[in-house]
Amino acid sequence: MAIIQVRDLRKTYGTKVAVDGIDLDVEFGEILGFLGPNGAGKTTTVECIAGLRRPDSGTVEVAGHDPVAEREVITKLVGVQLQQAGLQAKLTVREALELYASFYDNPRDGLELADRLAIGESLDVRYGKLSGGQQQRVAIALALIGRPRIALLDELSTGLDPRSRRDVWELVEEARNDGTTIILVTHLMEEAQRLCDRLALINGGRVTALDTPDGLVSRSAAPTVMAFSPSRSIDLGPLRTLPGVADVSDRAGRVEVVGTDDSVTAALSWLHAHDITPTRLRVTESTLDDAYLTLTASAPEEN
Amino acid sequence: MASPARTILRTESKLFLREPGGLFWVVVFPTLLLVILGSIPSFREHSKDLGGSRVVDLYVPISILLSTIMASIQVMPGILTTYREQRVLRRIATTPARPSQLLFAQYVLHGAAVVAASALVVLVGRIAFDVKLPGSAVSYVLIFVLALLAFLAIGGVITSLSPTAKISTTLGTITFFPMMFTAGLWAPVQTMPHVLRTIVELTPGGAAARGMDQAALGHWPSAHFLLVLVVWAVGMGAIAARYFRWE
Repeated sequence: MAIIQVRDLRKTYGTKVAVDGIDLDVEFGEILGFLGPNGAGKTTTVECIAGLRRPDSGTVEVAGHDPVAEREVITKLVGVQLQQAGLQAKLTVREALELYASFYDNPRDGLELADRLAIGESLDVRYGKLSGGQQQRVAIALALIGRPRIALLDELSTGLDPRSRRDVWELVEEARNDGTTIILVTHLMEEAQRLCDRLALINGGRVTALDTPDGLVSRSAAPTVMAFSPSRSIDLGPLRTLPGVADVSDRAGRVEVVGTDDSVTAALSWLHAHDITPTRLRVTESTLDDAYLTLTASAPEEN
Repeated sequence: MASPARTILRTESKLFLREPGGLFWVVVFPTLLLVILGSIPSFREHSKDLGGSRVVDLYVPISILLSTIMASIQVMPGILTTYREQRVLRRIATTPARPSQLLFAQYVLHGAAVVAASALVVLVGRIAFDVKLPGSAVSYVLIFVLALLAFLAIGGVITSLSPTAKISTTLGTITFFPMMFTAGLWAPVQTMPHVLRTIVELTPGGAAARGMDQAALGHWPSAHFLLVLVVWAVGMGAIAARYFRWE
């Protein structure tokens, strides 16, 4: 069952087309990740789903409601963490948590959230005095404090150190396990792979790929990376002509062949035939990073 | 249970008290001015030019208007444009609370601060300088409330037209001096030459100062002054609402 339905969404700012016909179904209880270059339309899409922006055309339905027209219903259902949204500078963390808790019928315990996010020590510090990472964690706490059925998290872990990133991930997984449907905008492949059930690749205002993280990786034309140090220097030219090879590079004596499983076998035979030993040979699956780069390579980053 | 509007008002009042600068200019400074002027002996003498009033008598309404104008034009637009600039309003818009509740809280708080400051001015005037309490308290309060609404509306226009907090400060300062001039800060309206006075009485400051003087003497203020204030309040309120942007 799709809890969020986006149909042919379009949004233009002046002459810049931000969203150019996005169709999307977000299933109940899933974590859907938005990946894509800056300026691809991810944030605009999230803001349309949150009801903060009115689409030029197309429809957005959140739990059967129009997010712009039915603000009262939507704001109770949807918790939002925006990239660009602030708090009063002289408000303390504790006051912010209390203030936002008062907006909802059945809020979570703000102090517990603060502890989970390691801002329990800073409860009496004013928002304006917090570090960027601490402000980010306050924003996440406020997005989840109302026990939202849907959470929209725009660049969840930007500015967080690895420790707090893991705290945040745990909290997000827990919210999902409690039945919260989540849209997560991210630039971190590790985060996408760990948290997301599905990933939507957004590029040039459109969804260019939509799949599970593993599905996305295997879609990549060159899913395997083979790396080795040749026993003597070699000419890379012939390697490039082997079946399935997408790219060959030499980085300080270490050769990397990106291709398919077939290219690995072919490369090994070729090396053997030329009496070259591939020392420190490693064959790895290409990562989501590689898949992302391949899938977005066709449309270079705008801005 | 606490409703969003109530917690917002409570939270904003705490924040309001954390702004010593604003509090000084709105609440303390007007009374301070009255005390300084009242300490000059000649300002405590009855003057024929002023229809038998003393300068210090005239500076009670002027100090009240000073507080009103400080709060409405200098302080409040700065806070509201900062809230807009730092996306505080936008953040609230994603919750079941409404950003308009935040605006409302700010208007209420500034209004309340001006009321407190004005009470202080009247009280100190009465105790320290023997300024008579307004002869017609009802009409005095009526003029005061209309003036407060008119100036808050002008502050609203500044908030609506300023894309950034910096611009609102500049606009506020540019507006402040003519407003205070017409309210009589440098020379009470009664002492102005005839033509200038006629013009000044069409401004909210001039109309309020004159109306309050009449009420202080126990008269019902001229309909002219009431009308001027209502027109400013409604007109500026409409412009402020028309051009206001949440982000």
